[in-house]
Amino acid sequence: MSAPTKTYAAKNNPGRAQTEPAAVRWLLIAVALIFLALFLLLPLAAVFSQAFDKGLAVYLEALREPDTLSSIKLTLITAAVTVPLNLFFGVTAAWAIAKFSFPGKGLLITLIDLPFSVSPVISGLIYVLIFGLQGWLGPWLQEHDIRIVFAVPGIILATIFVTFPFVARELIPLMEAQGKEEEEAALVLGASGLQTFFRVTLPNVKWGIIYGVILCNARAMGEFGAVSVVSGHIRGMTNTVPLHVEILYNEYNYTAAFAVASLLAFLALITLMVKTVAEWKVRQQLENN
Amino acid sequence: MKLFKQHNNVLPGFGPTLGFTIFYLSLIVLIPLSALVFRTAGLSWGEFVSTVTAPRVLASYKVTFGAALAAALINSIFGVLVAWVLVRYRFPGRRIVDALVDLPFALPTAVAGITLATIYSPNGWVGRFLEPHGIKVAFTPLGIVLAMTFIGLPFVVRTVQPVVEEIDSELEEAAVCLGASRWQTLRRVIFPMLLPSILTGFALSFARAVGEYGSIIFIAGNMPMVSEITPLLIITKLEQFDYQGATAIACIMLLTSFSMLLVINLLQKWSRKYAE
Repeated sequence: MSAPTKTYAAKNNPGRAQTEPAAVRWLLIAVALIFLALFLLLPLAAVFSQAFDKGLAVYLEALREPDTLSSIKLTLITAAVTVPLNLFFGVTAAWAIAKFSFPGKGLLITLIDLPFSVSPVISGLIYVLIFGLQGWLGPWLQEHDIRIVFAVPGIILATIFVTFPFVARELIPLMEAQGKEEEEAALVLGASGLQTFFRVTLPNVKWGIIYGVILCNARAMGEFGAVSVVSGHIRGMTNTVPLHVEILYNEYNYTAAFAVASLLAFLALITLMVKTVAEWKVRQQLENN
Repeated sequence: MKLFKQHNNVLPGFGPTLGFTIFYLSLIVLIPLSALVFRTAGLSWGEFVSTVTAPRVLASYKVTFGAALAAALINSIFGVLVAWVLVRYRFPGRRIVDALVDLPFALPTAVAGITLATIYSPNGWVGRFLEPHGIKVAFTPLGIVLAMTFIGLPFVVRTVQPVVEEIDSELEEAAVCLGASRWQTLRRVIFPMLLPSILTGFALSFARAVGEYGSIIFIAGNMPMVSEITPLLIITKLEQFDYQGATAIACIMLLTSFSMLLVINLLQKWSRKYAE
């Protein structure tokens, strides 16, 4: 699913000649805020309220449980593999697409965005169809005793798929907007290609990269549907944090479920904060150009 | 990469970067997705049709698409309102509210799912006030609409918001000078400018809702024929080792996503033309 594109040229317009009467204005603000409070703030508050329902001791105990710890470990490993790979891809793709012109560029961008429009369940299913026992490579893998799906490699593959576009789709418009004059100047002055990239391009897109990475990381750590299809749901072995939340919840162990879920909610809050700062920095940089 | 000669471009690295991009894209996205298409092609036409039109499958389409449509409608109305309020009005806490709009993007779907199910269950924070009025949200199709509304909201807000920011105040002033009332200006001048972005946001939110799984299954109740969504049906078939059934239904969903993608691309082209 493609996230909406942002425009970087924000204009503040407080001194507008035309606006609604004050009463209408406050009514609209009130309706919007009540809607957001009910739909966004209430669920967020509920996570923490449920997590700490039985006190801090129970909360900490739920987090210290071995199965929880191993799910945290697996989630960290998954993100540690996924994010650098997709970061490297995002930067390479953005370089080729934003700095050069070639036929089929529009199609390539659409294809890069494809994983966002595919249902998470399908993102997992396709790997089962390839690596599962009845899949294309299934018999061969079994012969050689290699497990991909219902094991950690499958979880990582599905996560790479669902987070595939994040860095690329943020960097492509940003690098396009910045043009290539600065890089050309560096090359003319005798810098090598890599020097130009690390000293000129990278500092210019730093906040764009941070923005893409933080969103990629949030999704990698929080993905549920795709991972649920390819995980064997083996406690302590192939359960990521979101899958562990599901298991605890289905066992009616609500306090523990929400305690573990609160970790993911913390992650979401940190993500929103970093994202807001990065967005602001990117806007600022583009206005300076 | 001699094929695409770069005239007047001194920048290095085109060949390797484009090569790697296409290689990685094929490996992670294109080849796995084509597996789905090839596996479906292995079914006979009769098998395929009878699988994707079985009564339980048809019922799941009805639930999924119906709820996604309702959620996208709710999001279009409130999303435009939120975008308008955030851009046009100043009130304390506006920046925090603005950042909070992206919460459904950042909050893992499983967390959203168990939380919504808890809040709207008969003794939950909101559910207990609805229960006496005979309104059941959790474990009914209404719960599905609710979860889909939650995950789809940022799409409408973030598509409409930049367009509201871009509206030239001179257009509104001109309308007033020509004798239009504020309501007429909103309806005849501003609304037509926002319409392409509202439709794009609607389509994005709808497409996301159709494929959504994690936030829905906890609140849906998952009763076959009543509140079972199509993605769940795919998982159920997989768990019964009915790979062909799962593949066939997944193929229908993939086709739907691709058509939505096409519609969204056309809408975005239209709105860009409008902006110029």
